[in-house]
Amino acid sequence: MSRKTPVLELLNLRVGFPGAEIVKGINLQIHEGEKLALVGESGCGKSLTAFSILRLLPQGAAINGGQVIYDGLDLATLPAWQLRRIRGKGIALILQEPMTSLNPVLPIGLQIAENIRSHETMSRKAVNERVIELLDLVGIANPRERAKMYPHNFSGGMRQRVMIAMAIACNPRLLIADEPTTALDVTIQAQVMDLLEDLCSKLNMAMLLITHDLGAVAQWADRVAVMYSGRIAEMAPIEPFFTGPKHPYSQGLLNSSVEDDWHYSDTRLTEIKGTVASAAGEKGCAFAPRCPYAAAECRLSPPELQSVAPGWVAACARLDAIRALSEGAAHVPA
Amino acid sequence: MRGVFRNIGRTLLQAIPTMMGIILISFLLLHLMPGDAVDAIAGMSGSASVETMDAMREVYGLNDNLVVQFWNYIAGVLTLNFGYSISYSAPVLDVIMERLPATLTLMMSAFLLALVMGILVGWAMAVFAGKWPDRLLTSTSLLFYSAPNFWVGLMIIVVFSGTLRWFPSGGAETIGASLEGWAWFADRVTHLVLPSIALAAFFMAIYARLTRAAMLEVLRQDYIRTAAAKGIHPLVIQFRHGLRNALIPVTTVAGLHLGNLLGGAVVVETVFNWPGLGRLTMNALAARDNQVLLGILLLSSVAVIATNLVIDWLITLLDPRIRA
Repeated sequence: MSRKTPVLELLNLRVGFPGAEIVKGINLQIHEGEKLALVGESGCGKSLTAFSILRLLPQGAAINGGQVIYDGLDLATLPAWQLRRIRGKGIALILQEPMTSLNPVLPIGLQIAENIRSHETMSRKAVNERVIELLDLVGIANPRERAKMYPHNFSGGMRQRVMIAMAIACNPRLLIADEPTTALDVTIQAQVMDLLEDLCSKLNMAMLLITHDLGAVAQWADRVAVMYSGRIAEMAPIEPFFTGPKHPYSQGLLNSSVEDDWHYSDTRLTEIKGTVASAAGEKGCAFAPRCPYAAAECRLSPPELQSVAPGWVAACARLDAIRALSEGAAHVPA
Repeated sequence: MRGVFRNIGRTLLQAIPTMMGIILISFLLLHLMPGDAVDAIAGMSGSASVETMDAMREVYGLNDNLVVQFWNYIAGVLTLNFGYSISYSAPVLDVIMERLPATLTLMMSAFLLALVMGILVGWAMAVFAGKWPDRLLTSTSLLFYSAPNFWVGLMIIVVFSGTLRWFPSGGAETIGASLEGWAWFADRVTHLVLPSIALAAFFMAIYARLTRAAMLEVLRQDYIRTAAAKGIHPLVIQFRHGLRNALIPVTTVAGLHLGNLLGGAVVVETVFNWPGLGRLTMNALAARDNQVLLGILLLSSVAVIATNLVIDWLITLLDPRIRA
């Protein structure tokens, strides 16, 4: 990916709860207008990573180290009042649960207007017009009447549209979407993703999509970053990733997906043995206890990210050995 | 809005059997007490012959059997005649109406004080949850919660009236001062301060604890994170998004408390010599003035039903989800 300036850069970001580090040093760049998908199973730290960007971590969690660079500023240490000018204006956030992420006692128009009013000085009338324009943009019919309604008057998909309208209200450069379709019906999921894609290109907005839906990633993202146990396991452009993932964990993820085309060397649906928890106390590669290729060297120290191809990195000490194996036999060890 | 009116109509309809029940139970309970008004009068005047007492009972209708007495009372109430007070020698309605403003003033000022202070203190406790201001306020509110209001009343009289001499120790106004305008108003307010605090303390503590719990619950919600993600000021988040939602359970409970407040007023009015319904109740009890007692019970149940209506309406204002 030869895009010029990064919108956001995470440098060795570490996030955790007291006594437990969840995100263990992440380096990530999101470029202007790019759609980066961050995937991984529950508990791998992908949501914490997303929340730490705007310092909206849940109670008890804290950024333990590293930097979040946006516009030349380190958001991890920026004074709260300065950070507030970036929240909702430069970087916007969409949460997973549209049913609970809107305030039940305020009209949705007001909740969208809040975002505009806290960043721009506009007349009340202009703000209202902008709200209606935004609702129209995200595909809500009768926006003028709907703006006065409350969240309980809307279905889940509609609420997520309202959340999107709220998020794009100030034309942010980056949109963080934390599993935006997980809570929605399958039929609605595609609509919401299409809407997001459409808006991204219309507004030239970069997007960090947190998800475990590989279907959405394949169809939709420019680049994918696979997280495992608080670290990046593999980061790759979309097309080559889905045809030949390098990291054993990525391979396992694709093999365990119901989508047949992605089973890159086998047609059987296979699970990844073990659980994420089995990495606890592991000195070396966190995936080693579950990895079919694990060797003694894997248990010594966490593997560094190595370049596989331009714009493609994977953190595995045995990449060469795995390549040799998979070229020798079109069979994935179970 | 139509939903609200339908609610009011339904509540009023439900209120009728409730009121009948309250009258019946109060009536029977009062008659279970040994002795009657005539015994009390005889007791106060030192002695009375059996014939005199019997004649008095005849005059006041106390010799009729219970069913007749009850029927007479109900028939009276239906024509807004609430009976005649034996001890005050005046219609019950007049006796009560004379005292009602003083009690309403005390109750309303105590209620507002408890609500405003309780919510603010609860908000502060939630914001500082786990830190020392929270712990200090939590233990203080526990003290207010567990201390009986007559004791709180006596203690604040000792401190603020006795030692510091900031406020008068009792009464509703300075006797014989014949003040006017602002001076009259200021005099009433200084008399109102201590009894209001004594009456409010317990409720303030409840509302503070409730607000704290509700706020902590609300501040954990996703929409608070959404609000923060918009870059709005933390105070706006806490008030517009936090407190606005936390007020719903607090208002519900506060509405249920207005009846209790009247009960508390009975005690506090006695401590502070406040010329209201509370003291009237105590006096009527001592004089076995059943008609007055019945009137007060009837009034307070009407008041509770009416405030519940107001609270229902307030809740619909606060929570759009119940607006049909």
